[in-house]
Amino acid sequence: MTYIADDVDVIVVGAGHAGCEAALATARLGHSTILFAINLDSVAMMACNPSIGGTSKGHLVRELDALGGEMGKNIDKTYLQIKMLNTSKGPAVHSLRAQADKKRYSEEMTKVITSTPNLKLKQGEVIQILATDGKVTGVKTATDSIYKAKCIILATGTYLKSVCITGDYTVNSGPCGLQSANYLTDSLIDLGIEIYRFKTGTPCRIDKTTVDFSKTDVQTGDEKIIPFSFENYGKDILREQLPCHLTYTNANTHKVILDNLNRSPLYNGSIAGVGPRYCPSIETKLVRFADKERHQIFLEPEGENSNEIYVQGMSSSLPEDVQIDMLRTVPGLENCEVTRIGYAIEYDCINPTQLKLSLELKNVEGLFTAGQINGSSGYEEAAAQGIIAGINAAMKIENKDPLMLDRSDAYIGVLIDDLVTKGTEEPYRMMTSRAEYRLLLRQDNADMRLLEKGHDVGLIPEDRYKRFLHKKQVISQEVERLETTHVGTKPEIQDFLRAYNSVELVSGITLASLIRRPELTYEMLAEIDKERPNLSEDIVDQINIYFKYEGYVQKQKEQVEHFKKLERRLLSSKLDYTKIPSLRAEAIQKLNEIKPTSVGQASRISGVSPADISVLLVYLEQVKRKERE
Amino acid sequence: MENNTVAAISTPVGSGGISIVRISGSNAMHIIGKIFKAKNSKDMSKAKSHTIHFGFIFDEDKIIDEVLVSIMRKPNTYTKEDIVEINCHGGIVPTQKILEIVLKYGADLAEPGEFTKRAFLNGRLDLSQAESVIDLITAKTDLSRQSAVNQLEGSLSHKISILKGKIADLLSHIEVNIDYPEYDIEQLSIASIESTVIQINSEIKSLLTTSDTGKILREGISTAIVGKPNVGKSSLLNALIGDQRAIVTDIPGTTRDLIEEYVNLNGVPLRLVDTAGIRETEDIVEKIGVDLSKRAIASAELVLFIMDNSSPLSKEDTSILESIKSKKYIVILNKSDLPAVIDFSVLRNFITDAPIINISITESTGFDILEQTIKMMFMSGQIDVNNDVILTNVRHKNALHKAEESMDNVLDNIKLSHTQELLAVDLQNAYRYLGEITGESVSEDIIHSIFSRFCLGK
Repeated sequence: MTYIADDVDVIVVGAGHAGCEAALATARLGHSTILFAINLDSVAMMACNPSIGGTSKGHLVRELDALGGEMGKNIDKTYLQIKMLNTSKGPAVHSLRAQADKKRYSEEMTKVITSTPNLKLKQGEVIQILATDGKVTGVKTATDSIYKAKCIILATGTYLKSVCITGDYTVNSGPCGLQSANYLTDSLIDLGIEIYRFKTGTPCRIDKTTVDFSKTDVQTGDEKIIPFSFENYGKDILREQLPCHLTYTNANTHKVILDNLNRSPLYNGSIAGVGPRYCPSIETKLVRFADKERHQIFLEPEGENSNEIYVQGMSSSLPEDVQIDMLRTVPGLENCEVTRIGYAIEYDCINPTQLKLSLELKNVEGLFTAGQINGSSGYEEAAAQGIIAGINAAMKIENKDPLMLDRSDAYIGVLIDDLVTKGTEEPYRMMTSRAEYRLLLRQDNADMRLLEKGHDVGLIPEDRYKRFLHKKQVISQEVERLETTHVGTKPEIQDFLRAYNSVELVSGITLASLIRRPELTYEMLAEIDKERPNLSEDIVDQINIYFKYEGYVQKQKEQVEHFKKLERRLLSSKLDYTKIPSLRAEAIQKLNEIKPTSVGQASRISGVSPADISVLLVYLEQVKRKERE
Repeated sequence: MENNTVAAISTPVGSGGISIVRISGSNAMHIIGKIFKAKNSKDMSKAKSHTIHFGFIFDEDKIIDEVLVSIMRKPNTYTKEDIVEINCHGGIVPTQKILEIVLKYGADLAEPGEFTKRAFLNGRLDLSQAESVIDLITAKTDLSRQSAVNQLEGSLSHKISILKGKIADLLSHIEVNIDYPEYDIEQLSIASIESTVIQINSEIKSLLTTSDTGKILREGISTAIVGKPNVGKSSLLNALIGDQRAIVTDIPGTTRDLIEEYVNLNGVPLRLVDTAGIRETEDIVEKIGVDLSKRAIASAELVLFIMDNSSPLSKEDTSILESIKSKKYIVILNKSDLPAVIDFSVLRNFITDAPIINISITESTGFDILEQTIKMMFMSGQIDVNNDVILTNVRHKNALHKAEESMDNVLDNIKLSHTQELLAVDLQNAYRYLGEITGESVSEDIIHSIFSRFCLGK
């Protein structure tokens, strides 16, 4: 028998990385929230690789932090190793990556959630979305309890009708042997939502006491650690770090795999879901890149108190005996014991073009989705959508405009715009190459780009905001000082320049101009710049980047201006494109389906041509003038 | 979006004595100041609105054409923006050259119907004209899409797509190094980037030189030479270009590939395609040639149909005539040195709407008449080389110019020891400029290239 169990503002379904950020956002914004997990021991579980960040994903975590999210703080508490990647390249593509202690990551996140006011964490399977007249009213759980809510955020990850496959063994289960959610998909279909079926996978875990690490290369973290959270700058978060290890496949490994290809569910037709290009199984790698003699295998610890090692590079759905045989051909793994076998997982998700840029479904008011249900992959991509869905559910309840980041604001903006405007045929992974304004969207300036917005929506507390304003002021004062402080051709200056192989001066020049020289930095100039204030490292970084990147940043800012003009030409969601004469049939169909919010978004829809955009502009002008008449 | 400066040839090319290149937008006066010197040395930036000036268009120091320039300042102009119109001498070559110079100095090539669109958006045209503005945009777009498709089969755009492929290879390698720094993928050294960029850039530059000035003619009126086997098609081609480009033998079916050559015939640029003899064939290689010929006819703007004056009118001849009926064509009776077998009056009854010319390729007679006939057809406007074909060509060259600039930037920045993600910015621009022709998106292309070339993933 059904009964009314509770009545709250927001219900979040799924307590993974998207769900946690979403629930924390709504609760922190003062809205009573229930967060449902299918199993309470799986909060913020890292079902696949034990790491957070990496290229572009590290950027997402930084952005999340600047908006008031939790992921950055949580990984700072629970990392096993931190590394800044790409330091041989410029600051725009520097990326933080951490190995995480999986268990502690989950525990720490659970602590934060259970100590947050307005937020209840519950175990339960949501089986139905309740809605009247296209507007959500609540959810029903498997135990027939009804929870009423104004907004619902679905963050179901890979649990919807999930099936795990290892060789010819198939089981209806979620990741890591957790129960799957077998009813919610049907409820979504009843609401008129289009469902996709995607596939991903995970490699074996092995017992570290059975690995001979002497046959592998050691990979250590950075000696000097940069935290993920801007809040942890200047704080001592350095701990003893655990190493990772690198080894390689060889001809024997490849022979085992290729000899057993007919037993792979990927190649014998039993897996139908669409898998990601960037996350291929080892068997797919061998088939697609037959010439490659060896493939890298990274051995990553799963936790300080765990004996398990994650075998990155060996993702597979081959039968168990084949997986074990292939592992044991790898140097260092000859005697390894497998603790958990690798599997492929298929799951239901939605076609993300059914969403608004706020992550609310276009045709179901009050229903938001975030994370893998939207066709993305990755913890960071999920968390980034989670906070946006959470903020926008809160904005909706408060009758305020949603927070929509655009492609020039943040990687989060690129991620959501790509999903919502272009859709995706495979699980979507963030990449720096996807961002048009990569030099502006750096991990070092995520706070400069987004903290103000986080403060506006109410997730950044006043004290943090004040510290941020102060940082901004210090930077601009120092930039100003460097631009206006001149140095002459004094012998000490010329000596200094000679020492750094820099061209000597023929006349006076500003300190700023010296920093612009490729061979000099702000730090080097200390000896000829005695007046300088004592600044923290992150501020020094900002100043160096400001001068070194100036020309490029200026150019990209001009491009952004150009881009924004079309973004500001708003389109009503009520616009019926069949009524616009001369749009091509394909454009009409796509525009009616996506219902873009701006002419800019319309121009990015595949199948909408520049001529269609011209027609649209003429039409808009026509409507505007008719209204004036 | 609406305030960039655009330019286009706004008169039909080739038919009139005078052509007009129109520039509209806030940068129009600046551009004309850079490329035009008035005879009376007047500074155009100070010239009064709605005045006309006599002088010369320069490309840096070189005089390109003697022109009249009209200066019209906003808001009392067609687009309500600053407009400059350059009245130049009507041929394709000078007009196209002037447009290219205007683009080089910062204008964008106008989209189809763009001036009228601006006129409307800026409130110059009234509401009742909106529909016709839309019709203009879509009609012109269809036309230019059609001609773009034609041009895509052309040699220049083929070369551009090869260049694009090379840039994509380089860029995807740089990008994969950035996005997958820990994979065992070769880290590109700056030196190897530099040498690849130099190599690609020299190809861009040579492509630009070969398609420059006199050789702009390379994209002239596409002309197909057709006829049944061994009537003298290749010989005609060779005679027109003056060397032995095609293999000439007495064996029917020798020409199996399409052979393209470019000639300047009395100021009329022709792109000549010598086609394999059209006839039913069993030979597979030759069959490919014959299929190509049919495609060549379909995309040709002028067809030269050769017949052998010394053998009777055959079924093959009449079926060729049938297939070129909808085209502008000239019938050439070759081997006029041999006794005539074809009865001219019978033929004339058959062909009522095209010139028929007698020539002998072996004795070099009749060529002057052929040249004059083609010129007459061209100059009297009988052949319509439409604007859009010319524009598509300008678009390609403009794209190449901008790509060249971007590649030059890459090389400059390597000298300034800039890192790879910065070099990627200009490489992406170069790729984007070349991609604008066919409308691909950089990011999707490069990501696709990354995953098809490199083995990545957990």
